[in-house]
Amino acid sequence: MKGAEKAVPAISTDDFIKGLWRENPVFVQVLGMCPVLAVSNSAINALAMGLATSFVLVLSNTLVSLLRHGVPRQVRIATFILIIASFVTVVDYLIQAVSLELHRALGAFISLIVVNCLILGRAEAFASKQSVSRSFLDGLGMGLGFTLALLCLGAVREILGSGALFGVALFPAGFQPWTVMILPSGGFFTLGLWLLFFNYLRVRKPAVREAVPGGTP
Amino acid sequence: MRTTIRVDVSPSSASWPMYRALVGVGVLCGLLIVSVYLLTQPVIARNEAHALQQAVLEVLPGAVVSASFALTAEGGFRRAGDGDDPQRLVHAAYTSRGQLVGVAIEGRAMGYQDVIRILYGYAPQRQRVVGMRVLASRETPGLGDRIEKDPDFLANFTALDVTVTADGLSIEHPVQAVKQGAKSAPWEIDGISGATISSAAVAGILRASTAQWIPLVYRGRAVFVRSGAVNEGG
Amino acid sequence: MSGESLWSIFLNASLVNNFVLAYFLGICPFLGVSGKLATATRMGAAVCFVMLVSSLCAYGIHRLLVAIEAPYLQLIAYIVVIASTVQLVEMFIRKMSPALFRALGIFLPLITTNCAILGLALFQTNKGYTLVQSLVYALGAGAGFTLALVLMAGIREKLELAAVPDAVQGTALTLMIAGILSLAFMGFAGLGA
Repeated sequence: MKGAEKAVPAISTDDFIKGLWRENPVFVQVLGMCPVLAVSNSAINALAMGLATSFVLVLSNTLVSLLRHGVPRQVRIATFILIIASFVTVVDYLIQAVSLELHRALGAFISLIVVNCLILGRAEAFASKQSVSRSFLDGLGMGLGFTLALLCLGAVREILGSGALFGVALFPAGFQPWTVMILPSGGFFTLGLWLLFFNYLRVRKPAVREAVPGGTP
Repeated sequence: MRTTIRVDVSPSSASWPMYRALVGVGVLCGLLIVSVYLLTQPVIARNEAHALQQAVLEVLPGAVVSASFALTAEGGFRRAGDGDDPQRLVHAAYTSRGQLVGVAIEGRAMGYQDVIRILYGYAPQRQRVVGMRVLASRETPGLGDRIEKDPDFLANFTALDVTVTADGLSIEHPVQAVKQGAKSAPWEIDGISGATISSAAVAGILRASTAQWIPLVYRGRAVFVRSGAVNEGG
Repeated sequence: MSGESLWSIFLNASLVNNFVLAYFLGICPFLGVSGKLATATRMGAAVCFVMLVSSLCAYGIHRLLVAIEAPYLQLIAYIVVIASTVQLVEMFIRKMSPALFRALGIFLPLITTNCAILGLALFQTNKGYTLVQSLVYALGAGAGFTLALVLMAGIREKLELAAVPDAVQGTALTLMIAGILSLAFMGFAGLGA
């Protein structure tokens, strides 16, 4: 990490770390729900979607930050949308070139990255005000946090719904998969349960601290 | 986009940076998209052609090479070129020695959840459907999606009778779906109990598609056979 | 494909493949605006309206892009044109009918960049629908969205006074209910066949 100019806050690893857990886009900020629910029916789809979103997030954050002095605030949102839509189109073609099968599995949801509130949100709230390196780190952190959350969902749904993880069967032949988990309703249930788990942790933490005086959180 | 737009006191001087920003970003994005499009397009086209070829060879066992044909306005067939309507294409497949194995035809219709697309192989010499593959479906996992992998169901399509009538205009015995295990004639399709609607939908697609295409392909079969011989010579 | 009957397209978009409960499109307003029944109804009406407008736009853009052979501009053109058209319509309504604007207008900016709207545009293009089919599809999708939203709001109003554990409150509970609704909607599958 190199030192920053005086007026600008220094780059810190926190820009990267906060997206992973404390401000996790899915579990804490509850942003970008549509792709999270729609393509998390298997771990590999979830991973691909997460990486595609991260790619767009990092590049759009970087470009928005680069252009932040040249864009008047009246047309700010319009340029953000232009930039994001271009990167999404690029990702769409790249995925098609790499694997047609993956592109079919993700379908229109690749294009729908463009309306993921997470990306516009980061561009507006962070990248349009911060230095390029900080915005890059922020995008990377948020993107990874998003990918991680998608993987959490995708893994649970694939293990229970198909008895496999990344296509590798985990259970002996007698296992009856819970088909409902890979159906749409399974997506709602799994995400609901994950949020419940995080809520539980949050509700419980202060209670523990009160019970053990002087205990570290 | 719930941003409050502050009205500038001097609009004429303030509008120039806005135009500059919008046009600049637009040009940048345009360049980016077009260059990526030009770079990836050949690869994507190759992937698509490869995927189609794989599917065609799978429904026509014994074939190693395929060629696409387009239906002409007169009801005949010619070699397909760029820009032909994909819904009017069929794909002939040949052995390594240029002999015609059969013709692969695509069909689609509404299934239980969403549209099902299938590709089936037709052997004009034997007048049989010799293979079927589901290209796209969103049927219920574990139930409806058995149309894609249930071996008993797929066995229906290894020798399905689609003999053309003497006048060459229709099929003698239209394809018919029956209950699981009740198949008694070579033009009947054994359904899957537990996936009744999905398997009936596949039978329905075949029934409609064979009625429309098989007489045309059968009458035009000479074109496909000749093309194979030309390929061999070249 | 273009042979699909209009009734089957409508059923498919509204019930069998409900945008919210089967495609997960428009989850944000679904979670956000489903607290009160009255608000949910008006939001649903606004979405129906925007869907029709954007379906019309998307059809026009698609034809234009095919004509000038520029498929790579599809996404940008859709989002920019739909967003601006909705803004224009909003201004028009505000001018012409203040009463209607008060009922629907405040939702319009919220809806513009909603994934259900863009999703509709992309799906109708992928499916290769004609103009009439596209409009019926948009109407069905809007009706399905409204239905899901109203059902959800009804359930949440009832639940307001119920005693639930702290951890379950909020989004987690709403998602669970959505899961059950989605299961119920699976019963509609097969209607379009």
